[in-house]
Amino acid sequence: MKIRLIFFGILALALVIASYFSEYLCPYDPYLQDLGNAKAVPSAAHIFGTDRYGRDMLSRVIVGSKTSIYSTLLLVAFITVLGTMIGVFCAWKGTWVDTVLMRISDVFLAFPGLVFALAVAAALGGGVHNAIIALGAISWPKYARVARSETLAQKETVYLRAAKLSGCGTWKLIFKHILPNITGPILVTAMLDIGTMMMELAGLSFLGLGAKPPVAEWGSMMSDTRNLLTTHPWVTLAPGCAIFVSVMIFNLLGDTVRDWLDPRNGR
Amino acid sequence: MKKYVLHRFLQLIPILLGITFLSFAMMRLAGSDVVTEMYQNRGTEVSQEIIDAKRAELGLDQPFLIQYGRWLGGMLTGDMGESYMTGKPVFPTFLSKLPATLLLTALSIILTILVSIPFGILAAVTHDKIPDLILRFFSFIGNALPNFFVAMLLMQLLSIKLQLLPVISDGVTLKSAWMPALTLAVSMSAKYMRQVRAAVLEEWNKDYVQGARARGVRSRVILWKNVMKSSMLTIITLLALSIGNLLGGTAIIESIFMWDGVGKLAVDAITMRDYPVIQAYVVWMAIIYVLVNLITDLLYHRLDPRIRLGVTKG
Repeated sequence: MKIRLIFFGILALALVIASYFSEYLCPYDPYLQDLGNAKAVPSAAHIFGTDRYGRDMLSRVIVGSKTSIYSTLLLVAFITVLGTMIGVFCAWKGTWVDTVLMRISDVFLAFPGLVFALAVAAALGGGVHNAIIALGAISWPKYARVARSETLAQKETVYLRAAKLSGCGTWKLIFKHILPNITGPILVTAMLDIGTMMMELAGLSFLGLGAKPPVAEWGSMMSDTRNLLTTHPWVTLAPGCAIFVSVMIFNLLGDTVRDWLDPRNGR
Repeated sequence: MKKYVLHRFLQLIPILLGITFLSFAMMRLAGSDVVTEMYQNRGTEVSQEIIDAKRAELGLDQPFLIQYGRWLGGMLTGDMGESYMTGKPVFPTFLSKLPATLLLTALSIILTILVSIPFGILAAVTHDKIPDLILRFFSFIGNALPNFFVAMLLMQLLSIKLQLLPVISDGVTLKSAWMPALTLAVSMSAKYMRQVRAAVLEEWNKDYVQGARARGVRSRVILWKNVMKSSMLTIITLLALSIGNLLGGTAIIESIFMWDGVGKLAVDAITMRDYPVIQAYVVWMAIIYVLVNLITDLLYHRLDPRIRLGVTKG
């Protein structure tokens, strides 16, 4: 179990670091057009071939990882923190603040899947940033919910009451006692969400609501080249497989973290 | 029970208000200058007076809350404004496209049930043995494939290589529905099979099953007579809840396969900034989703005597 965790952890970390430094890893300029060499079959010089403008697919896939992996991760990290803060705050405060914020999260949860993200993207216009805001807007309630119910459970425990009785201040109670005890479930939710978010971001870009060509992003690259699937499959398959492999790695990592934190789920 | 149903319906009111308010506010935010937008879309240059007049006609010079109230009132009577692009009333257009989406959803749910329930049970029963490992492998792959990628792969395989089904739909027919439905079913089955497996497995590991096996009751009898009976409830609930994800997911698939449903309508409207259409789509999809979830919950409540109000609230 530990070995699996370390293995997938390193794999995922490598992906993230690679995506951050993606500009320096490309063998060619991903935006350099070379029409004389358009739609080239994969070869030693261009492992994934070239697209219809002669741009090197490998370089484009590598650069695309910046949006697809690095941005997704930032997004998930941000909504995890935000959602947790809201959830803990609600559970701690109780009263009408809790009721109001939870009813608001109910409303957000009442929109099915991508429908709300589509609306936000439509309202804000295209672009990666707006697509990320859209996805953030639909996913924070989930984290707030988890954090809230976990905090409520912690509030009932004897140890917390003891800490309170011994004069522990609010901030210390939250940061030293509650947060470390609720991190597990939140972390699992976040880890398992990375893959989904990646696919949803790619989906929005595929529809033209996220990254727009010529920006290299896996979803928009696939949408851009979908007509070439029959004749020049590599231009579509390369970004497609990139999404598939990265989602798979993050899903495996998520599953492993879940099993690690809660062995009951390991079956 | 009656009291519970009433309670749930009352709970629905603030949520519906929230949904409508959010959808309305968002589109207002976006289309701050709807009128200019509208004329731009129609490709005409107009003077400021005409713009102001049109704005007054549409009630856009009124305070925000009054606009919202009027819009909500209109919505209740089925008047959701007119499309900026076509000038046709939005609500009838939406209604005319809805059956196509419902057909697609129904078909993909049927496919999902046919695939994932038997395989999910098989995986649970052969827990950690070869069939389970193979099925888990496939469900894992299915979970990591974005549905638009599945769509493209299926097109390539079924339509172009094997020429079994049409690549894009030629109208709303059952034949054209197969491709998008299959695509949606692939992603959904991958997820749902895991859930079925987990639900059956949880029941399978309970003490009473052990007891029955120790008394010499055959596994098959336990599975069908006891385990399935109690895990069916979870399975049905999970299925109903996944309808929501399906409704949201149809948009991408519909526009890939040119399936003439509400999802494609919405995606087209988004590219053309046709806000009333987007608004109608968002509001109605959310309402349908909330109602489906409510019905699921009531059904669950009706079928499982253990569930009582207060226990169900998380």
